[in-house]
Amino acid sequence: MAISIDKHFGIHQHALELRSQRASVLANNIANADTPGYKARDLDFQSMLQARMGEPSDKLTLKTSNQSHTSTLLQADTISGLKFRNPSQPAIDGNTVDAQVEKTEFARNTMEYQAAFEFLNGKVKSLLSAIRGE
Amino acid sequence: MSLMNIFDIAGSGMSAQTIRLNTTSSNIANAESVSSNTDETYRARQPIFKAQLESAMSGHPFNFSATQLDAGSGVKVQGVVESDAPLQMRYEPHHPMADEEGYVAYPNVNVVEEMANMISASRSYQTNVDVMSAAKQMMQQVLSIGR
Repeated sequence: MAISIDKHFGIHQHALELRSQRASVLANNIANADTPGYKARDLDFQSMLQARMGEPSDKLTLKTSNQSHTSTLLQADTISGLKFRNPSQPAIDGNTVDAQVEKTEFARNTMEYQAAFEFLNGKVKSLLSAIRGE
Repeated sequence: MSLMNIFDIAGSGMSAQTIRLNTTSSNIANAESVSSNTDETYRARQPIFKAQLESAMSGHPFNFSATQLDAGSGVKVQGVVESDAPLQMRYEPHHPMADEEGYVAYPNVNVVEEMANMISASRSYQTNVDVMSAAKQMMQQVLSIGR
């Protein structure tokens, strides 16, 4: 009756990792808020999480033998799993970063990160209490 | 670990905004630096920002893998350019720096523009600081897991 720790943590470990990656994508958008021609990017959380969980997504996957090969069908608006944001209004320098949108998304992402952390922390605590037998 | 990336990204944003603030203060300080020779007159300086990609630094120009994201690694200042805008020629015949026709060349610094630049740079700097402190909180939280 072995307990698989990987299974026990379930979706939450992947969610936490993905949230931290999304935080760095959003941080990059904020850092480039004044860069001419920069296009704001974000990731499709649901499909990325499905890919992490090993669930078949709706896309066909290709076999890869090299790091620079692609495993999914290429889409014009997708590079390295990231998608470009639709700008709410055009800027004369071609930059599509809306600082307010990025800030609120970053704050929301931080809260959702904390939620994922609480779930994971509960799992760890329940494991610990099982080990201690208290 | 991508939370560590955030420190680099926000740090690059802060350093770029600092350079922008530096050029702005240099422009405002030299707004009245006159000379009789148009070639020697101070010209307004502006930094050029450029986005930096992670994959460009690691040697793989395009990374299409679905599990490895290229969030990018912030912004860098590609260089500082001098403005091509025409200098302000003011007719001040009694000025010691006046040329033979009585004109003094004043820099092409637009002080109002520079003030707007200054406010924009300091706001962007603040946002990057907020991002960094949020990332720090997230990391500290992970360190306390299981407690």
